[in-house]
Amino acid sequence: MHMADALISPAVGGTMWAVTGGLVAACARKMKTSMKDTLVPMMGVLGAFVFTAQMINFSIPGTGSSGHLGGGLLLAALLGPYAAFLVMASVLTVQALFFADGGLLALGCNIFNLGFFPAFVAYPLIFRPLAGHAPSRARLGCASLAAAVAALQLGAFSVVLETQSSGLSDLPFRAFVLLMQPVHLAIGIVEGLATAAVVAFVARARPDALFGPHACPAPDAPRSLRFVLTALLLAAALFGGALSWLASPHPDGLEWSLARAAGTAEPAAPASAVHRDLAALQARTAVLPDYGFKSAGPAAEETEASAAPWPAVSAGTSVSGLVGGLLTLGVAALIGLALKKRRTAA
Amino acid sequence: MSQGGWSDVGRMDELGRLATPVHRVDARAKLVTTGLFIVAVMSVSRFEVAALTPFFLYPFALLSLGRIPPGYLFKKILVAAPFALAVGLFNPLFDRETAAVLGPWSVSGGWLSFASILLRFALTVGAALVLVACTGMHRLCAGLEQLGLPRVLAVQLLFLYRYLFAVADEGARMLRSAELRSAGPRPLRVRVYGSLVGHLLLRSLDRAERVYRAMQARGFDGEIRTLQRPRLRGTDLLFVCGWLAFFAAARCWNLAGLLGTLLMKGAS
Repeated sequence: MHMADALISPAVGGTMWAVTGGLVAACARKMKTSMKDTLVPMMGVLGAFVFTAQMINFSIPGTGSSGHLGGGLLLAALLGPYAAFLVMASVLTVQALFFADGGLLALGCNIFNLGFFPAFVAYPLIFRPLAGHAPSRARLGCASLAAAVAALQLGAFSVVLETQSSGLSDLPFRAFVLLMQPVHLAIGIVEGLATAAVVAFVARARPDALFGPHACPAPDAPRSLRFVLTALLLAAALFGGALSWLASPHPDGLEWSLARAAGTAEPAAPASAVHRDLAALQARTAVLPDYGFKSAGPAAEETEASAAPWPAVSAGTSVSGLVGGLLTLGVAALIGLALKKRRTAA
Repeated sequence: MSQGGWSDVGRMDELGRLATPVHRVDARAKLVTTGLFIVAVMSVSRFEVAALTPFFLYPFALLSLGRIPPGYLFKKILVAAPFALAVGLFNPLFDRETAAVLGPWSVSGGWLSFASILLRFALTVGAALVLVACTGMHRLCAGLEQLGLPRVLAVQLLFLYRYLFAVADEGARMLRSAELRSAGPRPLRVRVYGSLVGHLLLRSLDRAERVYRAMQARGFDGEIRTLQRPRLRGTDLLFVCGWLAFFAAARCWNLAGLLGTLLMKGAS
């Protein structure tokens, strides 16, 4: 579920980076005040553990395929939500840097999708209430399953929202959702099974490790709900802001804001341009509630018709673009080779 | 991620410890430049394919100056490709409007945007990998912290990196012994899995305890102290400004298109 950079626009990536950055700062501050010394090496080693555990597969009974642990939920159970979020962030960073598993621009999105939901939503709001105190094995299993499925559904839906608002993929919203959610339901069940198995083992072998003295105390359900809502509200506000001011590629929108800033009042042309662009802007920003990414409303169609003919189909442009592209690639490669030769000669 | 995947981290670590001009550039400069690069590449409009090609100069230049084997990086990019490929592949299916004409063939917008996605993927992933291979984890984390990353997270990254090899070694040993005791390398049954990973977890917790006691014995009092940090030199600023100028030029003008037009004009 790691998102690649290639499907994220800078606006969406930047927004999610801001949200994740804020969460990381909040967790770091929280940990500074209430952290125990032992947590420093513990977080590091458990990060390495999650990394390793993700590479060990188990066979899913009845299907013949295999699955593995994601780790967010398990970390939250062992370390508490704040430390778990930071550890997941570090694991995802190392995966992005060393394994190209998820891009750098998308790292903010990935940390949010795979860290926020298990640590701050699934664990305090689903796992803890369901598991209660000194839970039986069956109860632990149910709690893990429910929490893991919830976390993965939310994460998958975030992926859909982020990809759709970036606008680089042509996949319609409905199709994407219908593709992602069932697949991640299965993955969630797998994660729930894996987490349940490990948690059950630890509960038997070393019960004090779970929800134990190492953990940063998890906030109770109402407080963590408030935390979640604040974070989501912040994300939504940043998202809306970034989309409306940064993501619009239409030159008309820029012209409009420039005209506004300059203060020049030309009667006819900008007036209609303003109305046209406000409508286009509204059609763009109203995309999410309508779920109508691909179905262009009358306003959008009008804009496209009156704007410069798009796409500009011209044979000359295409061919020179192709030739230039291939040549540039060749030139870049040659420069690279030349630098290498120079270095070995020197 | 394959089982041998974690040993790749070791290879990247080795590459990060080389001493080339690129390695000597301050980590902050490289971080900022790579960030700008990714933003520039991703801000190109979705149907641009040729305009993306000049951007390949950045990873190519760093690759050869930094003495990084290109085949190794290319393999890593290929391994990481599936998700972008899978989603991008839908574009030609959904967008069939003709966007370009090449002689007798008409290319749909879907294929253009798909090609654009592939190029962007190669560029961004390549730049990230080159960044790590040219910098090494320690310098990278120090640079990140100087740029504002909270210390807790920087320390966490370094600890994770430090113990990754140890814990992965342990995990590989446990997995091998499980394989030897069963009919061969195959995914474990859930109960065995729970027990194996559970034991790995317990050993990790014990290791963490040992590390903590060792830290305490060496005077750890809860505060992490780090060494003197390198300062920015003129060459670092030149590095950032030079590349920034190039990215701006490549972003504002379609350099590849210009080259092509020049050639076509010369030919005709």
